[in-house]
Amino acid sequence: MTVNGSQVAAEVPDRTLLVHFLREQAGLTGTNVGCDTSSCGACTVLLDGRSVKSCTLLAAQADGRSVVTIEGLADGAGELHPVQRAFRAEHGLQCGFCTPGMVMAAVSLLAENPAPTEEEVRTGLEGNLCRCTGYHNIVRAVLAAAGERETS
Amino acid sequence: MSILGTRVVRTEDPRLLTVGGTYVDDLRVPELAHAARVTFVRSPLAHALITGIDVSAAKEAPGVVAVLTVADMDDLPPPPPPPEEGAEPPPGSEAAPLPLGGPWAEPLLAVDRVRFVGEPVAMVLTDETYQGEDAAELVSVDYEPLPAVVDFDSGLTSQSLLFPAAGSNVALTIGAADDDAAFDACEVVVEQTIVNQRLAPVPMEGRATAAVWADGKLTVWVSTQNAQITRFILMGAFGLDMAAIRVVAPDVGGAFGAKIGADRDALLVAWAAKHTGRAVRWAETRSENLVGMTHGRAQRQHLKIGGTRDGRILAYRNVVVQDTGAYPRMSGFLPFLTGLMASGPYDIPTVQTAYQVVVTNTTPISAYRGAGRPEATAAVERAVDLFAAEIGMDPGQVRRINLVPPDKFPYSSGGGAVYDTGEYVAVLDQVLAGAGYEELRAEQARRRERGDTLQLGIGLASYVEITAADAAGGETARVVVHDDGTATVYTGSSAHGQGHHTAWAMLLHDELGIPMDDITVLHGDTDLIPFGTGTYASRSLQLGGAAVKVAAGDVKEQARGVAAAMLEASEADLELDTGLGVWQVRGDPASSRTWAEVAAHAGPQGLAADANFQSQPTFPFGTHLAVVEVDTETGKVRLIRHVTADDAGTILNPLLVDGQRHGGIAQGAAQALLEEMVYDPDGNPVTGTLVDYAIVTAAELPSFELLTSETPATSNPLGAKGIGEAGTIGATPAVQNAVIDAVSHLGIRHIDMPATPARVWAAINEATATTGEGL
Repeated sequence: MTVNGSQVAAEVPDRTLLVHFLREQAGLTGTNVGCDTSSCGACTVLLDGRSVKSCTLLAAQADGRSVVTIEGLADGAGELHPVQRAFRAEHGLQCGFCTPGMVMAAVSLLAENPAPTEEEVRTGLEGNLCRCTGYHNIVRAVLAAAGERETS
Repeated sequence: MSILGTRVVRTEDPRLLTVGGTYVDDLRVPELAHAARVTFVRSPLAHALITGIDVSAAKEAPGVVAVLTVADMDDLPPPPPPPEEGAEPPPGSEAAPLPLGGPWAEPLLAVDRVRFVGEPVAMVLTDETYQGEDAAELVSVDYEPLPAVVDFDSGLTSQSLLFPAAGSNVALTIGAADDDAAFDACEVVVEQTIVNQRLAPVPMEGRATAAVWADGKLTVWVSTQNAQITRFILMGAFGLDMAAIRVVAPDVGGAFGAKIGADRDALLVAWAAKHTGRAVRWAETRSENLVGMTHGRAQRQHLKIGGTRDGRILAYRNVVVQDTGAYPRMSGFLPFLTGLMASGPYDIPTVQTAYQVVVTNTTPISAYRGAGRPEATAAVERAVDLFAAEIGMDPGQVRRINLVPPDKFPYSSGGGAVYDTGEYVAVLDQVLAGAGYEELRAEQARRRERGDTLQLGIGLASYVEITAADAAGGETARVVVHDDGTATVYTGSSAHGQGHHTAWAMLLHDELGIPMDDITVLHGDTDLIPFGTGTYASRSLQLGGAAVKVAAGDVKEQARGVAAAMLEASEADLELDTGLGVWQVRGDPASSRTWAEVAAHAGPQGLAADANFQSQPTFPFGTHLAVVEVDTETGKVRLIRHVTADDAGTILNPLLVDGQRHGGIAQGAAQALLEEMVYDPDGNPVTGTLVDYAIVTAAELPSFELLTSETPATSNPLGAKGIGEAGTIGATPAVQNAVIDAVSHLGIRHIDMPATPARVWAAINEATATTGEGL
C-alpha cells in the first residue's frame, strides 16, 4: 500500500489490523490504539482521502490503496496543515494521545463540509473520544481551520 | 512586560501534532528491539478459590517465550514490614498513601484466591502480540466459585469474607457522627442518602510498561504520573537499591490520578524482565483497562443538614461508606479527604463526619480526578439544595447567606481544614450575573406555566477544594544555564497533558530572560532527576513551578557574581536585562555580557542550582452554574450551558488554565449524566468496554462559558493554587442539581447520578403518579 506517499510492502498474518501494520511494519507510531471496540477513534487515518478507524480494517483490505497518517499531513517542507496549526493556536490538545486521530477526523470532516456550524463539528467528531479537553478547544480549532480555509 | 499571565501556546504541541507523542508502546529504543510481549491471564470470576493452573498447552503454543504463574515467583524478597507508627517515610517514598497491609495485603499474581474480575492470575510472554492472545486462551485455571460481595451493604455485612484472616469486610471504621443535639436545635432538618457512583478513569492511553534487566540494573518505562514514586515501589517489591533501578516516564496519554506510581500489573512486567532476562513490554487493551486500572469515587453517603427557616445552616453531617474494591490500596485516604472538605465553602457551626471502608469483589478504588473532594462537594451541594427546597428559598440566596465571608480568612472549617484565601460570595455573584440568573429563572417559570415538555433546570455549585495536600513534601527543580546560553530545567513534576514544559519555560524566561526556544524542560527519568514527587493533587505549578522560580533565582545570583567579576564591578551595580537576556553594569549597555559568556566564565561548576520547594496546601474555590433541558416525556437531559468562575490564584498562562477547566467540566458533567461502572450481582462488570461505558462525546456538550477570578495564594511566590481538578469538583454537583431543579416543581427532591434518561423518567413517573399532578 501507499502510506504518506511512500510504498510500504510486508508479509503479515491475515488477521493483522491496519493500525498494527502502520505501527509495526510501516514504523509510524503516531496513530494510536485507544480501545478494542472501534469506539474511540484514536486510530483514525485517511484511506483514499476519507477517514477510517484503522482498527476496523485488516491491513489486507488496504492493499493497493493510499493511506495518510498524522506523519503525512504536513507538507514536505514541514509546513503544518491548517488543522494542525489551528489545534496548536486554540489549545486543542493536552496529553496528545487522541490528537492524531482527532486531527485526521477533522481533516476529513472539513473535506466533506468546508464551512461547518459548531453543532456540525460536534456531531462530526462524535466518533472520536478525548478525555482531556472537554472538546471545547477542539471544536474551536476545527471552526478556526474552516475559517482559515475560507479566507485563503 | 512579563510573559507571566499571558496566553502562550504550548511548546509541546508541534511534535504531538506532526509525529505524535512517544508513549510507552511507541518506544523504539534499542534495548526493546526484541522485547517479548506480555499478555495477562485474568480472572473471569469476581470471587473464587484457585484450585489448579495448567500451563502446559500454552507453553507449546507458537511464539511463546514463557508462561509465568505464582509458582515461578521464587525470586522476590518478603514484603517489607509495615512502617512504625510515626516513623519518617524513607527517602523517595514521598507522600503516596500506603495500602493497608497485613491480612489485607495485595499480591502480585493472585495467590490461591481471586477477588475481582480482571485480577492477574498468570502471564504469557510471546514474540508477538497476537500470539499472546492465542496462548493466553490455552492457560487452564480451575476455580471454585465463592459468593461475590458487590454492593455497599454486602460489604458491611461481611457474610462472604474476601480476607478470612481479617475476619470482616470492613477494613476501617473512623469516627462516629451520632450526636444529634445540634440538629435537635434546628428549625428544619433534612436527611438524604446519596450514592457517588463508581467511575472508570479511562485515560485515552491505558496502562503500559516496558522493562529490561541488564548488568544488574532494572530499567522500566512506564506510563505514570511519578517516575520517582514508581522507583520507590519497585525498590520495595524487588529488594533493589535505588541505584539499581531507572524509571522513565515518556509521554503519558492522560492519567487522572489512576497512574500514580505503579500498580501490580506494572510490577509484574518488570519482574518478568528480571526473571526471564528477556526485555518485555505490555500495553493493555481497553477491555483490560476498564477492569484492571483502578476505579474512582464509589461512596454511599448519608447526609443530614439543619438550620433556620430564614436560611442559616447550623449543622451538617456526612457519613460515608467507601467501597474500596477488592484491595484497600488507598487505606482511608479518599473518605478522609471527603471528611476534611465536608462542609465545603460554608460557615457551618457544627460539622460531623465519619467513614467506613469496605472491601468488595470489584476493581480496587483509587484516586480519580479530585480524589475524595468531588465526593465531599457533591454531597454538601446536594444537601444545600435539599435545605433550600425545604425552606422554599432560592438556592443562590441560601449559598450567599452561608458562604464564608472574606473577612474570616484564614478560616478553620468544620471539616478540619484551614482555608487560606477566598472570595466565595464574589464568585457566586459573578456567575449569577454572567449567566443571567434572573432571566433563567423567569424562563424556567414560563416553561412551567406553559407545561412545556422541555423543562429548564438551573443548577448551582459553590466549592472550595484542597490542592497540594502534601505540600510539605515539596517538589524539586534543577536549573542549569549552559555555556552556549541555553538552559535546561530538570523537574520532579511529571506532566501528562498539563503543559508543564511550556509553563516552566515561561517561568525561567521571565526570571532569566533566556528565550523560551532555548530552554529544554526534562521530567520523568530517575537517572536525570533522582528526587521528585510528580504530578497529582493539582500540586504541580504551586510546588514544582515555584521550585523552578527558586532555583532560577539562585542561578541568577550566581550569575550576578560571575558577571561582576567579569566586568570588575560590584554585584550591587549589576543588572539583568530580562528583555535582552544580558547582564550589564547599571546604565551602561555597552558593558553587556550574554548568558553564554557568563556561563562560560563560571568555572567548572557552571551555573546550576537545585531547589526543593515545600509549602502548605492551597484552597481553590469557585462557583459553577449549569443549565439543562429535561425532556419530561423521555427523561433525556441535555446540558445546554455551563458557566463557571474558578479561582485558582494568580494565573500563569490562561490558555493552560482554561484547558484544565474545560476538561474538568466535561468529566464532571459526564459523571452527573452518563458514566457509571456497573457490576451485576455476581460481580461481573457489565460496562467493560467503551461501547457500554459512556464516555462523553463532543456531541453531548456545549461550549463552556468561563469567567475569570484571581485571588492569590499566600504560600508560594507565584500566588498559584491548583486548577487540575477544580472543574470536575464544581461541575458534577452543578449539573446534577440542574437536573433535579428542572423537575423540582413535580415534588422531586433527589435523583442519584448518573441522571440517565431511565432514572429521570422513573423519578418523574413516580412523582406524577404520587401527586396526581400533570406535567
